[in-house]
Amino acid sequence: MAVIACAAVVRSFRVGLSFVCFWALGVALAAQQPATPPEGGRGRIGGAGIGAYPVRPPGDPAALERGTALYKTNCAFCHGQDARGGDGGPSLLRSGIVLADQNGELVGPVLEQGRGAMPKFGFKPDQVADLAAFLHSFRVAGYDVSRQKPPTILVGNAKTGETYFNEACGSCHSVSGDLRGIATRITDERVLQQSWLMPGSMAGRGAPPPAKARPPSVTVTEPGKPPVTGTLGRIDDFVVSLTTAEGEFRSFRITPRLKIDVADPLAPHKDLLRKYTDADIHNVTAFLATLK
Amino acid sequence: MTMVRPASRLLAVVLVLMLTSALFAAGGLDPAQILKPLGDAWPTYSGDYTSRRYSTLTEINQSNVKRLGLAWTSRLVAGPGPAVAPPQAFGLRPSPTIVGGVGDNDFVGGTVVKGGVLAVDGVLYVTAPDNVWALDAQDGRELWHFYWRTRGGTHIGNRGAAMWGNYLFFVTPDDYLISLDARTGRERWHKEIAPFSQQYFLTSAPVVVGNHVIVGTGNDLDSPGYLMAFDPETGEQQWRWYAVPMNAGDPGLETWKNLDAARNGGGHPWLPGSYDPETKLYIFGTGNPTPAYTSSARGEGLENLFTCAIVAVHVDTGKMAWYFQTSPHDTHDWDSAQTPILVDGTINGKPRKLVVTASRNGYYFTLDRLTGERLVTSKFSDTANWADGLNEKGQPRRIPAKDHHVAGALVSSNNGGATNWPPQAFSPDTGLLYVPSAEAYAMYYLTETDPRGAMGLGGKDEVGVATMGSYITAIDYKTGRTAWRHRFQTAAGNAGRAPGLLVTAGKLLFGGDVSGNFFAMDPANGSVLWHARIGGVSNAPQTYRVDGRQHVLVGAGDTLYSFALYQ
Repeated sequence: MAVIACAAVVRSFRVGLSFVCFWALGVALAAQQPATPPEGGRGRIGGAGIGAYPVRPPGDPAALERGTALYKTNCAFCHGQDARGGDGGPSLLRSGIVLADQNGELVGPVLEQGRGAMPKFGFKPDQVADLAAFLHSFRVAGYDVSRQKPPTILVGNAKTGETYFNEACGSCHSVSGDLRGIATRITDERVLQQSWLMPGSMAGRGAPPPAKARPPSVTVTEPGKPPVTGTLGRIDDFVVSLTTAEGEFRSFRITPRLKIDVADPLAPHKDLLRKYTDADIHNVTAFLATLK
Repeated sequence: MTMVRPASRLLAVVLVLMLTSALFAAGGLDPAQILKPLGDAWPTYSGDYTSRRYSTLTEINQSNVKRLGLAWTSRLVAGPGPAVAPPQAFGLRPSPTIVGGVGDNDFVGGTVVKGGVLAVDGVLYVTAPDNVWALDAQDGRELWHFYWRTRGGTHIGNRGAAMWGNYLFFVTPDDYLISLDARTGRERWHKEIAPFSQQYFLTSAPVVVGNHVIVGTGNDLDSPGYLMAFDPETGEQQWRWYAVPMNAGDPGLETWKNLDAARNGGGHPWLPGSYDPETKLYIFGTGNPTPAYTSSARGEGLENLFTCAIVAVHVDTGKMAWYFQTSPHDTHDWDSAQTPILVDGTINGKPRKLVVTASRNGYYFTLDRLTGERLVTSKFSDTANWADGLNEKGQPRRIPAKDHHVAGALVSSNNGGATNWPPQAFSPDTGLLYVPSAEAYAMYYLTETDPRGAMGLGGKDEVGVATMGSYITAIDYKTGRTAWRHRFQTAAGNAGRAPGLLVTAGKLLFGGDVSGNFFAMDPANGSVLWHARIGGVSNAPQTYRVDGRQHVLVGAGDTLYSFALYQ
């Protein structure tokens, strides 16, 4: 149901060690090492933003080891090696019983009595606790971290992409000019793609900062006065402001008599968003990735 | 069940009525007041049960709106506050904060008013996550402040309080329904109404209908969403309606891969609904199915009922009367939870009882509110590209290739949607629905290639590309056509979406733009008549009258601003 995720909101949660430090650690790791595979997942909350739920303290390593062995022998063939579900058995990670369970007190009766197609298991109480330690070793959050990430986003046809580039982009850009060596300058494939789609846009969490886009310029003309041109600061329905080449800040109240011409260098990029197919995008990225 | 003789039954009814009037005579809000057209008071989240946010007040109108000026501001200070009351001085709290809560955490992420403010008997009740304030409606001076120390939970917003007699009700991110004495701010009781262990969180404003306090859940993990009704005196649950099938044989189960998928399927109704007193139907929206993006575990192509739907339930039983799904098998976390609006209108020359809504997926719907029959569907977002038309039921037909792609799928809208929770407004004078809307593109990258998918909102990265424009869109409920659209001037490529709206019989449409301006427009054509820059407007404006003076109230961050004509 995420509305508009606000990482800052959660980041500033003043709570105990078990809460935010782990969460912040998750963020820091995610920010620095986007490719880090999630491992067992203990101690991280909401790596992608929303999340303020207590993380279970690390269990006894010996219990975890015993529980893992028990699980693999008895449970994995139905519920999957990672408890995320398999042939016949549902994911246990999102189960309300498992989430509410602390040390096996809720999981135990299910094992003892069976449930639906699941048979009874005759585990001893300490084995149930060990199994619970295994089940509670996984990170469970609404922003689930991906485990099997695709190795590349380069799936397009570079040759077709070159043709498309020449037709759609060639009037402003050239591979021997502004885009020379672009794939050497931008090595991250996704940053490369986002950067050509919309220069200056972010490429997502964990990505390097975007290359800066040229800001729009604006010319404002008051009746009977010479036009004033500069870099657009802001514009809303009531005020437009700019900074001239000399560094002077100017602000104007918008009236019907004020003439405003905004020149947005990204306008062609925005227009193209309505025209691309996804294949066009993938092909152009595959082509640009060859420009080393 | 005990048999009751007719005479004693009559006596019982009379007694209940006498008790009820005695209760409400003692002050506070008689729920019957909410049935009246929206005027001096603002007694529920949307103002009245139609949720039109159309006020009959006309003291402030097109002829004098240029003279609208600041009456007062009130900055809301969240948190436990000082233990001892400070000396009364400007800007300082006149009374100590009442601290409750079962957790030991303080949320310090900033205070943003994102909900409805109740205005009853000269007092305003405003909320933020974990906080409720009572203010003097004349000048915003604080009367009391209640603070809830939290266990945690997603503190994304709180949509306000509800009132019954002298009782206030609100919910917390750590899953409590709390009742306060509205006169003092003292807690009456608190109840955990959803399991915190399953990562539920609560944001909705409760809605009082008769002797029901109705509120829905929120959760970003795979879990069932539900709507609940509670007894205002005791907090005992009266009924619960699940947004997804929970047991074998439940209706809608055939629209899921299996029971386990359904029971973890989401559909959280996280915003208040509307109420039709004639049919006694409570009409509301449900949220997205889960897992939100990697949807094959829900059953490819299956509708996943009753997620992303407009739903009507009988207010006394919680039994579903009808539903209409606005996004079958949603794959972008585009909830349909926005508050739908009840309109008495005319379709093809015939008077009809209608419900209208513009959905986060970029499509607008007019339904018959007696039956749920769909009458109109239209696309109000120019850029929405995830569907290739309508199916035979008038629902947008999803293009699976536009779910996501390993190399990115360029999709409009972005996750925020063509519209979202900010309240829409409807004017019977113009016959137009006013919708804060935005047109944005994002790349949706599939990042989880495990065929079992991910949990919750995982499995993808959504990376913004550009916002093409932010608008107020005015939609004709009879045709679904856009009558006018006001595009806000912006410099930035990611301008966001405007907050909610208020429309009045004074022929004024109030709202905030995306640049921090609070404005009044002509509801007939969207031309701006008045504005004041107060910084990020964060809720839908409201209006009320106290001691004969009309106020227009709006929140911007942690501050309430009240505007009135200079007298």
